[in-house]
Amino acid sequence: MSMKVHTRQVDGITILDLSGRITLGEGSVTIRDAVRDVLAKGSNKILLNLGDISYIDSSGIGELVSAFTTVKNSGGELKLLNLTKKVHDLLQITKLYTVFDVKDDEATAIASFTK
Amino acid sequence: MADSTTSRVSFTLDSSLDSVNKIELTAEQIAQRAGFDEDTIPHIAMAVREAAVNAVLHGNSHITASFETTSDSLIIRIADQGPGLDPDKVPDPLAPENILRGSGRGIFLIKAFMDEVNFRQLHPGTELTLIKHRMPAQPGT
Repeated sequence: MSMKVHTRQVDGITILDLSGRITLGEGSVTIRDAVRDVLAKGSNKILLNLGDISYIDSSGIGELVSAFTTVKNSGGELKLLNLTKKVHDLLQITKLYTVFDVKDDEATAIASFTK
Repeated sequence: MADSTTSRVSFTLDSSLDSVNKIELTAEQIAQRAGFDEDTIPHIAMAVREAAVNAVLHGNSHITASFETTSDSLIIRIADQGPGLDPDKVPDPLAPENILRGSGRGIFLIKAFMDEVNFRQLHPGTELTLIKHRMPAQPGT
């Protein structure tokens, strides 16, 4: 199953609800394009909701890192929401869990962005 | 003479993402049949996927995959015809200077999820051998 992105706005934060697989040639390009679109529209506070991501490979992890650095370099913030156990474990193994700001609750995540 | 090999399958595919998906699915099915537990099967499938992705990205026209189930291990070999890979020159993705790189975690994940990983230089190409041991049988089972 390829990846799908649904974009919504809550209190000035752009939430990207992702579902499916983030792998080479499937979701990785989709994430890159979605984040680029958000930045092009002038928003740089992004919450990636990974609750419905069923699978992620090293290319997908790399794409999350690239999105993080792209948004950070633009002066914005990118945070992760609702990690599945598989994604959580992968971020732990790759020591990226502490690089990302990871949240379990949407309201808490929204409130944590710099106003 | 005793033969510990219980089954073996191998195939050659064109170098494409469709082939990666097929090899990953085959790994998952064979790991299931070999009796690995539900936590280990996705790890094996991911390691094999990463090896196949490397073969597609750095290889040439086709890749070869073989799966061998023995009495104590699952042995997977993924080979390409690319310029070759020196595993000692792969940067450590956990090093602070590499942690924010957008790529370079595939080999690391393969090593994290498999019990043994061996590289063999072909001429041309690289063969990765991934080995996952079955859990030793419990006494009385």
